[in-house]
Amino acid sequence: MAEIKESFFSAEGLEKRLNGKKFWKVMMTEYWIPKDINFLWAMGVVLATTFAILIISGIFLLMYYKPDTALAFDSVNYTIMQDVAYGWLFRHMHGVAASVVFLIIYIHMFTGIYYGSYKKGREMIWLSGMLLFVTFSAEGFSGYMLPWGQMSYWAAAVITNLFAGGSLEAYGLVEWIRGGFAVGDATLTRFFMLHVFLLPLVIIKLIVVHFYTLRIPHVNNQNSEDIDYDAEAEKYLAGNKKEAKVIPFWPVFLSKDFAVLGLFLIFYFYLVFFNYNFAMDPVNFDPANAMVTPAHIYPEWYFLWSYETLRGPFFDMFGMKAGDIGLMIFGLAQGIFLVFPFLDRDPDVLPAHKRPKFFIWFWILIIDLLVLSVYGKLPPTGANAWVGFYATAVFLLLWATLPFITKSDAKARGAL
Amino acid sequence: MSSKTNRRDFLGMSFAAVAAVGGAASLVGMKQAWDPLPSVLAAGFTTIDLAAIDLVPGKPQTFTWRGKPIFVLEKTAEMEKFDGDLVIGDKRYTISIGLCTHLGCIPAWKKDKWKCACHGGEFNPNGEQIFGPPPKPLNIPPFSVNGTVLTLGESGPESKAMMTARA
Repeated sequence: MAEIKESFFSAEGLEKRLNGKKFWKVMMTEYWIPKDINFLWAMGVVLATTFAILIISGIFLLMYYKPDTALAFDSVNYTIMQDVAYGWLFRHMHGVAASVVFLIIYIHMFTGIYYGSYKKGREMIWLSGMLLFVTFSAEGFSGYMLPWGQMSYWAAAVITNLFAGGSLEAYGLVEWIRGGFAVGDATLTRFFMLHVFLLPLVIIKLIVVHFYTLRIPHVNNQNSEDIDYDAEAEKYLAGNKKEAKVIPFWPVFLSKDFAVLGLFLIFYFYLVFFNYNFAMDPVNFDPANAMVTPAHIYPEWYFLWSYETLRGPFFDMFGMKAGDIGLMIFGLAQGIFLVFPFLDRDPDVLPAHKRPKFFIWFWILIIDLLVLSVYGKLPPTGANAWVGFYATAVFLLLWATLPFITKSDAKARGAL
Repeated sequence: MSSKTNRRDFLGMSFAAVAAVGGAASLVGMKQAWDPLPSVLAAGFTTIDLAAIDLVPGKPQTFTWRGKPIFVLEKTAEMEKFDGDLVIGDKRYTISIGLCTHLGCIPAWKKDKWKCACHGGEFNPNGEQIFGPPPKPLNIPPFSVNGTVLTLGESGPESKAMMTARA
């Protein structure tokens, strides 16, 4: 080691010890982003910011929240909402951000699908991103339990029951997860631990992994052009900024990101102050009651599509019970996006509008997910049950055809 | 061990053995910390005196046992007789855990059947599934009968007979 002679208490000495300028260069001013992108590429920074809002508002809620079935409901609805100065604001910020974060996650995810940003070296970005989605889902679910209202209780009862595996009847597993015969105090405290400690820790680690996996292959661009980053960066650094196909992350890329972020924050705080009710279900303002199921229960909007695949098959088929089929499709729906890079058999990275059949596939998927979401909220009776059934069938069909459709696009282009 | 095994390999393998034993032991401990507490497991008995609860035929009542709702229905004369009925004197009863066998919501009694609000499942007065996703009839709690008194949590021939009839 070369000894450092400059004083520890000088800027120069600190710089020698930490090498901050080099670090800043690698992470910021010489981290290259393609020019050919649009506002959809700003969702990563929007997500990071929303996650920061969740952590900060969560810290303030944590100081007054009491994870005890006798105290939880009042600590939220009385102490935080009425006694704590701006407690209502932190709760609404937390609830609305938890909802909006899924909106941005979905936009982020479908941007990736549309532009083919999950293959040919970008598989790890996709996989770590999908793991983040799963962990965020668990984080949302565990947080929803904490106010200990009727929806909290019954969502917890229904979701933990999924682990019985339908006809497998693994009730021992369900009771182990709950820490009791029914959802109760032990369930609340352990999910509190998951929500405020273990899952956020995992999320933070996964975010670091997600950023890291992005670093080597770089972000995709609108035309999926394969850019020689070293050559383009050289052009940029030589002052030929006009011809270079890349820009540095900081300050050039982030300045545009911050513009998008500004618009997002205006939208977000508009919701927080004027339309927070969509994230505050009225049913959850009744205290949890193990003896009364609310007349109609449904998850938050971002879980509706997968919830509808659970109840889509409402009659027995192929010698299997309806509930078991639903459970299998539900399980498939949770995992299938994870293997997207391996179902896409097209060897080229191209945006969907340059892959004619995949383009149609993509928009049918979006429409189908919207239909599933709408009918996931409606009572499962009469014609609704049939719409749910067919939308679920289309969902399965889409995944089954994906390898063939992508292959056929590639053949038509002459790539296969 | 091959002749190439050296001292560092031995150290590495020793540590792997210690870590494997310690890791496995920790997992057992962590698993058991999540188990239901002994007090939860012990508090499991509830008694219901069918003669003292003013049951109206065709209108089920709900009781609590181990944090779960228990449906007690005295059947009307019009309701189909079923092998799994609990017969006491000339009265026929359906006793079941009031949680939908699909995902555990509490079905509500609507005129002559239980309807589940969550996913639309339906059960007839025998507790058998007649519509929707429930894979099987309502579960029967273990209980014993002494005169008109049921003790929930204590398995008796009557509850076993009910379970067999619905299996």
